[in-house]
Amino acid sequence: MSEQSLPALAAPATWRAPTAEGRPVRLLLIGVAVAFIVLFLGFPLLVVFIEAFRNGAGAYFGAFADPDTQHAILLTLLVAAIAVPANLVFGVCAAWAIAKYQFRGKAFLITLIDLPFSVSPVIAGLIYVIMFGSHGYFGPWLNDRDIQIIFAVPGIVLATIFVTFPFVARELIPLMDEQGTQDEEAAISLGASGWQTFRRVTLPNVKWGLMYGVLLCNARAMGEFGAVAVVSGHIRGLTNTMPLHIEILYNDYQWVAAFTVASLLALLALVTLVVKSVLEWRFSHELANGPR
Amino acid sequence: MTLAATSATFRSWRQPSIIPGFGLTFGVAMVYLSLIVLIPIALLILRTTQLSWAEYWEIATSERVVAALRLSFGAALIAAAINAVFGVIVAWVLVRYEFPGKRLIDAIVDLPFALPTAVAGIALTAIFAGNGWVGQFIEPLGIKVAYTSIGVVIALTFIGLPFVVRTLQPVIMEIERETEEAAATLGANRRQAILRVILPTLVPALLTGFVLALARGIGEYGSVVFIAGNLPYRTEIAPLLIVIRLTEFDYNGATAIATIMLAIAFVMFLTINLIQVWARRRFGYV
Amino acid sequence: MRRLVYGAVLSMVLAVSAQAQTTLLNVSYDPTRELYRAYNAEFIKFWKEKTGETVTIQQSHGGSGAQARAVIDGLKADVLTLALEGDINAVAEKTKKIPADWRGRLPNNSGPYTSTYVFLVRKGNPKNLKDWGDLVKPGVDVIVPNPKTSGGAQWAYLAAWGYADRLYKGDEAKVKAFVAALYKNVPVLDSGARGSTTTFVQRGLGDVLLSWENEAFLAINELGPDKFDIVVPPLSIKAEPPVALVVGNAEAKGATKVAQAYLEHLYSAPAQKIIAKNYYRPAKPELADPADLKRFPEVELLTIDDPVFGGWAKVTPKHFANGAIFDQIYKR
Repeated sequence: MSEQSLPALAAPATWRAPTAEGRPVRLLLIGVAVAFIVLFLGFPLLVVFIEAFRNGAGAYFGAFADPDTQHAILLTLLVAAIAVPANLVFGVCAAWAIAKYQFRGKAFLITLIDLPFSVSPVIAGLIYVIMFGSHGYFGPWLNDRDIQIIFAVPGIVLATIFVTFPFVARELIPLMDEQGTQDEEAAISLGASGWQTFRRVTLPNVKWGLMYGVLLCNARAMGEFGAVAVVSGHIRGLTNTMPLHIEILYNDYQWVAAFTVASLLALLALVTLVVKSVLEWRFSHELANGPR
Repeated sequence: MTLAATSATFRSWRQPSIIPGFGLTFGVAMVYLSLIVLIPIALLILRTTQLSWAEYWEIATSERVVAALRLSFGAALIAAAINAVFGVIVAWVLVRYEFPGKRLIDAIVDLPFALPTAVAGIALTAIFAGNGWVGQFIEPLGIKVAYTSIGVVIALTFIGLPFVVRTLQPVIMEIERETEEAAATLGANRRQAILRVILPTLVPALLTGFVLALARGIGEYGSVVFIAGNLPYRTEIAPLLIVIRLTEFDYNGATAIATIMLAIAFVMFLTINLIQVWARRRFGYV
Repeated sequence: MRRLVYGAVLSMVLAVSAQAQTTLLNVSYDPTRELYRAYNAEFIKFWKEKTGETVTIQQSHGGSGAQARAVIDGLKADVLTLALEGDINAVAEKTKKIPADWRGRLPNNSGPYTSTYVFLVRKGNPKNLKDWGDLVKPGVDVIVPNPKTSGGAQWAYLAAWGYADRLYKGDEAKVKAFVAALYKNVPVLDSGARGSTTTFVQRGLGDVLLSWENEAFLAINELGPDKFDIVVPPLSIKAEPPVALVVGNAEAKGATKVAQAYLEHLYSAPAQKIIAKNYYRPAKPELADPADLKRFPEVELLTIDDPVFGGWAKVTPKHFANGAIFDQIYKR
């Protein structure tokens, strides 16, 4: 953990730990990393907030009074609340099955899991149109029963699940692979059940990867634009998620309102900060005593 | 019970293990994978069978499609490479060092996921256009970023960054300090330790992050259309061509381009994943 | 968090039950947002007074072609108010929910308003751009949306074509060369009309923006009258965005009567006033406010049925289909 590098930092500049870089190297690396992040992430973030506060804080908070905006926020939360847990369960199961056992066709299976990443968001939306649209494979059947999937909330949820499908699994598989199976095998031979082993042995080992997976999955679920745009129908106050609503506001010349909603999504990044801090605090005891 | 029974028949292709739960987790994963990914994609591919091979080949090799695919894949490749280099540095710095503002930097790495791609495109264009913060300084030098293929690379770098950083971070955290210490004790200097001990452990995660960033870049649409000029043959990306085909009500043309992209990406993924699995079996670790 | 989710579920339920009362879904293209926001308020009032019923109108905006596709794929629009006749024709053909003779079912070929394409230039018109011929000069940067993704941009292309056709007396090779030269001067093909406006206004790119007349007025009002001028070329095109009732959907919902009234009311005096106020040229100018009408400059307008075009049925395959003239001018 990062805390472990602290003694090296505190030590006089002339002495350094064999497992730390020299001060110039360290400063150079920090400089490069910070410059890169500021240029590629910091500036866009700044643009969003500058535009959002262009007309002052009053206009910023005023933008949330619009009922369509509120509805878009709620819809986005609802979609994420369904998509993220679904993909979490899948991700953990897939990672367990893939990382803890040896079987043929593993690379192929992982590739199938990666597949949604390589599907353009435009196509991800189109897939559901091809399945559930009026001229799609299941369209006529659904039509006869008056079930609306695309251009309604179910379609938006499906498209979001598809786009965020691999995140948790992809974050966990390399990590669990890296850790091997000795710990679990030891626990099992000591008489622990599978579930106990997972909860007590595996979960603590993968908690960071799991956290990143969930956070990324959630961020992408809330921020997804392309795929959702295809299946939403863009009905104001009904099927517009936050990203779609931002586009509408932007096209309405309501730039302040558009960037205000965008800034809210940008703040999701801060959720990462909070969750991480909480987890670090929660596990600090364990980290101090733990093997790693 | 049935799951256990089924898992028994798997024994032939799976090495036995005392860890329980394979049947359950594998079953859940496969059912979900089939419902969400395999069946929909199979139907997409089925849709292209409405085209004859000759028609399909004509679309795949038409000059415009090839130009768009080359731009999408080329720009995504460059962007993923940039992210691989800087992503390692960022992830390393975030895990190993302490400096003011570190937590904030760590937090905004997720920004490209949370920010809708259209907003990202607008913001990046605002920064790199001739009258933007960065554009006003580099455009007099003859470097045009916005509305050129460089703009596409910039947008895709933004989009792909979290993939590399977030895949590497947990792995760097898990590197055992003991291994490094052992290397140091055995007389390796720091550079040797990094090159021979640390980087090799990072390779699988780095490869994964690289491929994910690459794949995401190939398909990206929302942010790129704002910063690319969208001129046919020059700054037109493949997903835009798909949208254009859809606007012409040409679903078959659209799905044809989509399946070409899918096939190339699939082969790329499979190659990388095979290398990883092979390396793991060969060396026990990578 | 949990409460928010419940709230979201609740609001979904409410949204669904709200559909039980009379609702209309108007699926429209991009630049009509302001117009229909004003018109919907007027119609709701009108319908309440006339029948005592409260009607809710839902709006959906997007690229004209994308919107048509959504309706074809099952978006339950009751009325369509798109940029191009061809888009409504596509819906009629593929869904059979709109009768083939829809254009004759409302006055003025189902066009309650028209518009045209004008030039938006930087203040003082520094490059002195007055007519289409000035746009092909070297060093002039033209900003125009991609006619492949933005239906409205097809009107701009056609206006240029019409000008060149008259200039070269119908010599198609020369006309094609002229249009090709014009698009050589385009550094960015944005995917939609508003995207182009942003490129021109916010990014400071280009010398001239080819824009819907109403968009040009709106851009000047919203973004600074001291920064831009409108230049009206002597010849332009009469853009006729059509409206149609999606009979199949409205009937299924039992809303045919109100949907039909919604479209018919567009031709009434209060609606025509709203139309002119939003910078669209009203179909019945005599009903609109003369002060609003004065803002529209006199300009000779070609129509799509002019022999040089021969109607949309000929224009789309000849100019905009895959591999047609617009694609050819970009071929290297």
